Amino acid sequence: MVNCNQDKSGSTSRSAKQPAANAVVQIQGLSKTYMVNEQEAGAKATIRGIFHRKKTEVPAVDDISFSMAPGEIVGFLGPNGAGKTTTLKMLSGLLYPTWGSATVLGHIPWKREKAFLRQITLVMGQRNQLVWDIAPIHSFELNRVIYRIPLDDYQRILKELTDLLELGPLLTKPVRNLSLGERMKCEVAAALLHRPQVVFLDEPTIGLDVTMQRRIRAFIAEYNKRFGATVLMTSHYMADVAALCRRVVVIHHGHLLFDGELSILLQKFTSHKTISIQLGECQVDLNKYGEVLSCEEGRYVLRVPKAETARITERLLADLPVVDLLVEDPPIEEVIDRAFTEWNP
Amino acid sequence: MKGLLQLYVQQFKTTFATMFQYRASLVIWMIGQVLEPLVYLIVWSTVSNGNGGSIESYTTGAFVSYFIILMLVNQFTYTWVMFDYEYRIREGYLSFALLKPVHPIHSDIADNIMSKSITLPVLTVIAIILGLAFHARLSVTPWLAVLFVPGLLLAFALRFLLEWTLAQSAFWTTRVSAINQIYFFLLLFLSGQIAPLSILPRAVQVAAKILPFYWTIGFPTELLLGKITVTGALLGIGVQVVWLTIAVFLVRFVWRLGVKAYSAVGQ
Repeated sequence: MVNCNQDKSGSTSRSAKQPAANAVVQIQGLSKTYMVNEQEAGAKATIRGIFHRKKTEVPAVDDISFSMAPGEIVGFLGPNGAGKTTTLKMLSGLLYPTWGSATVLGHIPWKREKAFLRQITLVMGQRNQLVWDIAPIHSFELNRVIYRIPLDDYQRILKELTDLLELGPLLTKPVRNLSLGERMKCEVAAALLHRPQVVFLDEPTIGLDVTMQRRIRAFIAEYNKRFGATVLMTSHYMADVAALCRRVVVIHHGHLLFDGELSILLQKFTSHKTISIQLGECQVDLNKYGEVLSCEEGRYVLRVPKAETARITERLLADLPVVDLLVEDPPIEEVIDRAFTEWNP
Repeated sequence: MKGLLQLYVQQFKTTFATMFQYRASLVIWMIGQVLEPLVYLIVWSTVSNGNGGSIESYTTGAFVSYFIILMLVNQFTYTWVMFDYEYRIREGYLSFALLKPVHPIHSDIADNIMSKSITLPVLTVIAIILGLAFHARLSVTPWLAVLFVPGLLLAFALRFLLEWTLAQSAFWTTRVSAINQIYFFLLLFLSGQIAPLSILPRAVQVAAKILPFYWTIGFPTELLLGKITVTGALLGIGVQVVWLTIAVFLVRFVWRLGVKAYSAVGQ
């Protein structure tokens, strides 16, 4: 299921892809344009700006369509300013779209019906919902009554979340005394106490160390598995995406560029592979086989065109006293970066 | 209804926990609440004494009682939402509030009630000490004492809703402090905080009684002081009800527009 399409009319592959009948999230031609006051430099322009403000339209999301099946985890990728957060905010009901339609669990998000709000959550990695001055348990209790979670259920869910995220000692410490990672774990728990069926995650691991990233990631996977929740997440850490999302949706400058399996995206934009070979020393000139990226203690790393990999590997093995050989795909970040650079709508 | 009650109880606990995280600032804040009326009390008592013991219908003792009661009424009806709102919007707290299936005004109401149930007993003790120290005179009839209760509750509800409405200007502008300053200046002058309304020029009295300010502070204060007849008190409560109805409409109307504006721009 590949949908590479930059056609605004949506007449090509987009129309070919029919939304699933049981889709949890369904978006059709969703667009959002912000009106932004332009600020020019200089005193004259400032004075002029008092009387006459120049407004410009900034399209943040432009005609995107996709749907999500129940229980799916989809990675929502794109460089900064691509329109990811705007889309998540529209889907969670915080923003009205300029154009287009969306339903989440059958509700129109921006109507913000109570029945809708009780079934979704949005975690924003750079924002806090926990009350800053007091312990997270107070915010949890507040969410319990806001979402009307029966006490027995709440206690059970809290225990599960405490175990999964190792929250134990954190629950009673004031939020301001928690580390970034500890706070994030509590934020995630607070957002999931009401056991939402649809989870929007906006950079849930931002600024966290590798261990904490891994823990949050494992938790998301477990939550998805255990409760069958549908998850749409953005992350700049490709490890998050690779670990959790089989399917990715890529947007750039507000346009949907790709919707399909991560492996297909990688395949499409992987033009090179790296070959590592172990020789005795670093004295040999291997430039005729490919671009030499590095050599340390006889271990060469070569970059070769993907199509040539088999032939070059064969030649290396035939020509040189190779002790060990390893063919690898380039790091996922590199491929995604290349995809963003090459796609320029 | 039960769910809302549980929400209030839980918000009480949260506010309680928050307030006691900053005990020192709570004490400093309460000192501030006492100092302002105390300054007016001393100024007007001095002026009154210099004027032969009274100004218009206010004797020196009545001035003392007026400002002590005003301190308590002001404390009862005071809200801080106008200072908070811009911060909530800028820091994204409002987004989290909008994601929840409960109107955020409920948290503010509960927060207000809890904070006041902590600060009011302390201020009442201070009021009694000040009353004794400055020889306050209070001659209230039982009927006025009874009418003071709805008068005070309506004053709180009215001020709370008006300030919640004005606070929402933060949806459209990031410079809410200018709006706050204008509002608090008008409130200071027209609510009777700076001086009892009946000693101010007639035109000011008329303006103050047409506008809502007087009904949020001055009215219940003068009611308990016995400066209003029972008929006047009943009429005043009627005016409060009318203003409250307008305020309920305003807060809902502005909220709807504000959320729409917020949802158009995001934060």
